[in-house]
Amino acid sequence: MTLEPRDCLMQEARSALCPSTCVGFAQTLARHGLRLEREQTHTLQINTGLLCNQACRHCHLEAGPKRTEIMDRETMDQVADYAERGGFQSADVTGGAPEMVPEIDHLLTRLAEAVPRVMLRSNLTAIRDSAREHLGLLCRDLKIVLVCSLPATHASQTDAQRGGGVMDASVRTLQWLNTLGYGQSGTGLELNLVSNPAGAFMPPDQGRTEERFRRDLQRKWGIVFNNLYTFANVPLGRFRTWLEASGNYEQYMTRLTETFNPEAVAGLMCRSLVSVDWKGDLHDCDFHLAKAIPLDGTRRHVATMSGPPLPGTPIATAEYCYACTAGAGFT
Amino acid sequence: MQSYYDPKDLPRFSEIGKDAPELAKKFFEYYGAVMAEGELTVREKSLIALAVAHAVQCPYCIDAYAKECLEQGSNTAEMTEAVHVAAAIRGGASLVHGLQMRNAADKLSL
Ligand code: SF4
Repeated sequence: MTLEPRDCLMQEARSALCPSTCVGFAQTLARHGLRLEREQTHTLQINTGLLCNQACRHCHLEAGPKRTEIMDRETMDQVADYAERGGFQSADVTGGAPEMVPEIDHLLTRLAEAVPRVMLRSNLTAIRDSAREHLGLLCRDLKIVLVCSLPATHASQTDAQRGGGVMDASVRTLQWLNTLGYGQSGTGLELNLVSNPAGAFMPPDQGRTEERFRRDLQRKWGIVFNNLYTFANVPLGRFRTWLEASGNYEQYMTRLTETFNPEAVAGLMCRSLVSVDWKGDLHDCDFHLAKAIPLDGTRRHVATMSGPPLPGTPIATAEYCYACTAGAGFT
Repeated sequence: MQSYYDPKDLPRFSEIGKDAPELAKKFFEYYGAVMAEGELTVREKSLIALAVAHAVQCPYCIDAYAKECLEQGSNTAEMTEAVHVAAAIRGGASLVHGLQMRNAADKLSL
């Protein structure tokens, strides 16, 4: 990784609402002698659309039941072709709730043939809907890695972030996934959890939280899983609206900027991942996708790309990048 | 608005070192050592601190340790139980002093 100040290559998509305490992310990088650019891109993140059965209060994409943006079959094929052509090591399927996209089986099947590792992000409620139970079986057969959102092991925080009754439903889904072999040793079926804080505070230490989740989920419900990741909430979309309405925005941004960790920059996901939206256009990450900031400053469709973006390609920066570099970072 | 307590004073905590810097240095070193990981985890210590903050009714400490508990991964149910522990010990401490009252009253009574 080359780390030198090169301000001109950093686009600062900083919002006018950035509080006075918040120094631009590009400036902060430059102050540490860093610049944000790609290394080898090996992961293709695929956002299948904004339709979701939930409307979580921290969602940076403002996904929900009324959203109509979803990926069609033709785009799915173009994306899968690109994954194969680009020699990507992994595909990370996200949304919204990808489970609700009508042709999701087709996309998952094609990706499983195209790349060695396919991940599906699940909110733990859409996948258990009676109409979609077959998806769990398909994922098992294709050995797809499941990455599931569970902010806490207590209903008060989980339901506050994700909606009433989500904790109970999530527990039932996790138990069911365990019966399919997910999270059980020796099956090769990986079940990973993601925990975002239920509010305007930083996530706890990942290792310790994983230990607590393991103990609590096992003790309370007999649930097992492989890994847990803790991520800070990104001040975008519905979460940002809530931060502003609740008077937490300034202190949250101050906290993010104060905990800027230069060591986290080398491992930022945008350095090794590229994100494609439901229309097939590329972005540096799912957060830039939410703000419609295109990869390398120009609209690029997967169908026109011969391979992954090259090492050295500059990455746009924005005030919300601070959420990725706070503490241990968002990798 | 005039008030005895101002949330803006919390980040100024270190200013208590004014005029007695050596004592403040000793206190903050001790404070840091006490709250660091030891036989108890930082999360457990934060829950104890939250309970004590309620017992001594310090709004600064309540603010600071409510946030710290959340950032250490505690949930509001655990934090509420910690406050109940403070309440139970405070209540119990009052009630057990009822024996002093009994002793005093018994001594004076026929
Ligand atoms: S939001 Fe995070 S992932 Fe996206 S460009 Fe900024 S640092 Fe990279």
